[in-house]
Amino acid sequence: MAEAASQNRDFKALAAEYGQKYGILMALILVCVLLTFANEYFLTTRNILNVLRQTSINGILAIGMTFVILTRGIDLSVGSVVALAGVVSASLATTSTTAAVLGAPYFAAIPLAAGVAVGLACGWVNGVIVARFNVPAFVTTLGMLSAARGMTLLYTGGKPVPALTDGFRYIGTGSILGIPMPIILFAVIFLAALFVLSATRFGRTVYAVGGNPHAARVSGINIRRVRLTVYVISGALAGIAGMILAARTGSALTQAGIAYELDAIAAVVIGGTSLSGGVGKVTGTLIGALLIAVVNNGLDLMGVESYYQQVIKGALIVAAVMLDQARHKAE
Amino acid sequence: MPEALLEVRDLTKNFGGVAALSNGQFTLRAGTVHALCGGNGAGKSTLLTIVMGIQDRDGGVIRLNGREVDFDKPSDARAAGITIIEQELSPVPAMSVAENIFLGREPVGLFGRVDFATMNHNAQELLDSLSFDISPKTLMMDLTVAEVQLVEIAKALSYDAEVIIMDEPTSALGEAEVDQLFETIERLKAAGKGIVYVSHRLSEIMDVADEYTVFRDGRFVADGKIADVSREELIQMIVGRPLTEEFVKENQATSEVALSVSGLNAAGWVKDVSFEVCKGEILALYGLMGSGRSEIFERIFGLTQDEGGEIQFFGEKVRMATPSEAIKRGVALVTEDRKGTGLVLDADVRSNICMAQLEELSVGPVMQSGRESAAASRMIEMFDIKTPNDRLPVSGLSGGNQQKVVLGKWFLTEPKVLLLDEPTRGVDVGAKREIYRVISDFARAGGAVVMVSSENDEVLGMADRVLIMRDGRVSGMLTRDELSAEKLVHLAA
Repeated sequence: MAEAASQNRDFKALAAEYGQKYGILMALILVCVLLTFANEYFLTTRNILNVLRQTSINGILAIGMTFVILTRGIDLSVGSVVALAGVVSASLATTSTTAAVLGAPYFAAIPLAAGVAVGLACGWVNGVIVARFNVPAFVTTLGMLSAARGMTLLYTGGKPVPALTDGFRYIGTGSILGIPMPIILFAVIFLAALFVLSATRFGRTVYAVGGNPHAARVSGINIRRVRLTVYVISGALAGIAGMILAARTGSALTQAGIAYELDAIAAVVIGGTSLSGGVGKVTGTLIGALLIAVVNNGLDLMGVESYYQQVIKGALIVAAVMLDQARHKAE
Repeated sequence: MPEALLEVRDLTKNFGGVAALSNGQFTLRAGTVHALCGGNGAGKSTLLTIVMGIQDRDGGVIRLNGREVDFDKPSDARAAGITIIEQELSPVPAMSVAENIFLGREPVGLFGRVDFATMNHNAQELLDSLSFDISPKTLMMDLTVAEVQLVEIAKALSYDAEVIIMDEPTSALGEAEVDQLFETIERLKAAGKGIVYVSHRLSEIMDVADEYTVFRDGRFVADGKIADVSREELIQMIVGRPLTEEFVKENQATSEVALSVSGLNAAGWVKDVSFEVCKGEILALYGLMGSGRSEIFERIFGLTQDEGGEIQFFGEKVRMATPSEAIKRGVALVTEDRKGTGLVLDADVRSNICMAQLEELSVGPVMQSGRESAAASRMIEMFDIKTPNDRLPVSGLSGGNQQKVVLGKWFLTEPKVLLLDEPTRGVDVGAKREIYRVISDFARAGGAVVMVSSENDEVLGMADRVLIMRDGRVSGMLTRDELSAEKLVHLAA
């Protein structure tokens, strides 16, 4: 009897532990199972690839956001950087004579490099202002949100950049072995981020600076450099995401990426990364981004109006964090 | 003899099995100033927080005017006529002096509108009655620290309480303001109030107090009238027992200078500090809180900017511009605030131990997790850190074990000079001895130690020489032969 009771308790403790560690993953699996039964179309290769492709842009932004949030920061500018990197790279890859600059179109590598450079530059400016001038990240990146959007409109005169070359469009529409390029890029970026955060010295310093910047500083960590670097990473990834978006649709729009920062933050938070820094994993962010995409997809498949989808997404974000808080309290 | 206003008997309080207070008692009479004396960790603060209802007690009785009381929260204590001037100031910087004084009990007019005219008028009257020359309309952020402290005093007095507790009320005051405060205290006494006075400054206690109670290690030691006791006797009671067996000291100072500092300025107010420490030596920096001890460490370790003065490390002039430079040269700093600057609480034992040694534990940018794990195991063994494994967040460890993780982090860097800021604060007696053992072994193996400590016993038990600090300057140097608790307290206060 006693043994059975203690076994039962062990099982409960184990379940609680797994629930804590894998709660969001289990939620994702549960939603997938439910949708598989509710809709015969859900579990088809085509639909799964579709979901993954939809996840890729938000996922790439969310990975950059994970670095930033781990250091107690926030990057509200990613949506605007998506648009700016999109139009700048597109203007070097367009066959339209009115939108092209500097004798475009060029071979794809040049516009791609330009898009990454724009992202890096925006991230660097954010990083310098946050790390060196100690302006709160919320304010700094809110400023960049506005400024980068404005620069996008100035650069294009408010018009879209159409007619992109096939070479450039490959990153949005191409595929390898049947897998669309956006998914491949997302996977590569995810694995790189996983490696950087879990296995490198820089990864250790990101967690240390977010966990306790004072202790990190006393331990000889250059906290300014770490802070600067995470914004540069976030900016560069936003640049890449912006180019994928333009390549997929075939033209770069000035209003691209509006409110994307919110979905990216949502994925990070649902994935269990603490907004107060120092705690979280990029795998959590991946699951968070997938959960958002799967729920959206499921609601689409079931013919739920898109207005409801926004409400449901809002509830999902808050519920995930409430769960997290309850868990912390229990500890 | 006048009747007891506030009476405390047999008050006890345990924290996780450790007794912070085992028989707290004192009797405050109307119209007197009663000094509570004792070193850090003597139990004074615990006793006062229980009286004010900030903490629960585990046992004992508190009587106010003969009636037993047990307050749930400080506002209950205030309603019953006990008020406290706290050591930690808590002003609202963007509000005016009057708004701070009447925070939460502002005079209101029609429709609940705050009646600023009345409030400013009342504040002015209050400040005038205390002869504090501060305008009620000034913003708190425009005041000096001393003025902020005076406002806090005015605020506490505005409750018109019977019992006024003053916890280190003069720690931020200059001499002129202290005199003002003492005049106020005389008036309060004449009005029949009772004042509990806590201060490390013995000369103040001798001046202002009528009676005293001494605590040591959470126990009541003695009480009596100040008139019947000398300063030396009081120190004897505060310092107390012989302290030989508690400490481990087997080092032998050499004559080779490891770290030498001359004319060092720091933090804008610490001036012209010079000392040297040799291989194998333990040098203590002794002084009251805010005497500039930690600021010296922060400068030597590159945490604050160069403000003049010279630092030499094994004869070589060095800049120490950043912590990473200091670490590379072989300096380690165990900070005073374990949770604030020592540890990343959410991170596990392994990451905390490896944090100051990331470069050495990696190849290129990639960490060598096998070497990290081996390093952590070595330190866990060396310090006997009690943890089930090295992947447990340090927030789950006891204070003593947390401190050992901090020490482990620094010993992993194989330092030549160890800067220790209150290395045994908040650590139980058992872990203390282990920490002393490690410090002694380090010095015996040729390391140089500079240790900041407010604990007299620790200084007497461990130090080869003691540098005494006062108000940001060196006020004396004692060798081990000259050391005595009396001299320490005299020179620091």
